[in-house]
Amino acid sequence: MKGEKAMRDGESNVLSSVLDEFRRGDPATFNAAFETLFHVHQRAVYSWVLRIVRNPSAAEDLTVETFWRIYRAHARFDPSRGFEPWARTIATHTALDWLSTQRPETELLIDVAAPPASDPAISAEIRGKTAAAFSRLPPKLRIAAVLAVVEELPHKEVAAALSISITAVKVRVFRALRLLREDLQRQGITP
Amino acid sequence: MNAHEEDRIKQLFKQAMPPAGDTEPERDLWPAMLRRLDARPAPVPWFDWALAGGLALFAVVFPASIPVFLYYL
Repeated sequence: MKGEKAMRDGESNVLSSVLDEFRRGDPATFNAAFETLFHVHQRAVYSWVLRIVRNPSAAEDLTVETFWRIYRAHARFDPSRGFEPWARTIATHTALDWLSTQRPETELLIDVAAPPASDPAISAEIRGKTAAAFSRLPPKLRIAAVLAVVEELPHKEVAAALSISITAVKVRVFRALRLLREDLQRQGITP
Repeated sequence: MNAHEEDRIKQLFKQAMPPAGDTEPERDLWPAMLRRLDARPAPVPWFDWALAGGLALFAVVFPASIPVFLYYL
């Protein structure tokens, strides 16, 4: 137990010094610090981006783009806020930029490593139409809805990632669900 | 939209879009990151330089135009 705690403290100290080197941007240590941070956080950033864009190939590209933005913005990093929340905010905005360039219904919306839908009353056709209606939502509403409703993340976490208030998250989710219902009704589906 | 409709839409939404959960990339992305870091920034097209030069020259010849330019920025 003591050994594990000492190891965790040691790792924490190492990461703390890496974050300090990253923020300072000293040419002698910056690149090594950035590489360490990349390897420690690439999985978390990829996973976060994938939750938003739901396209593994795009998520890989956007993870690299996120770290590119992190690389350039190192001087603005605030150690008191923590690296992961900061990276998550940048990743969310990177994903939002990407979604804004995509045409509705042309991007891949795939079921990422998820169990098959369990409700037999909801047919594949309805699920397909719902996914298509979702892709037609404005990107800002899509992100709030997918993170809060599908991924069931706390509103506080979604608000931090989107740099908006919790109330704004609730409003966006509500608007997204209302637009989704209207779109489905136009297609003859009454939820 | 009442609470029942909202719940129904949420259920439909979750069925159509299952959670992605905690997934890791299929490959290490560091080589792609290195390529991104090594990529040279896109060169500025010659006509952008010409436009900037023309504007600078115009501002030198007609200094009174500077506030007008700033207003429209």
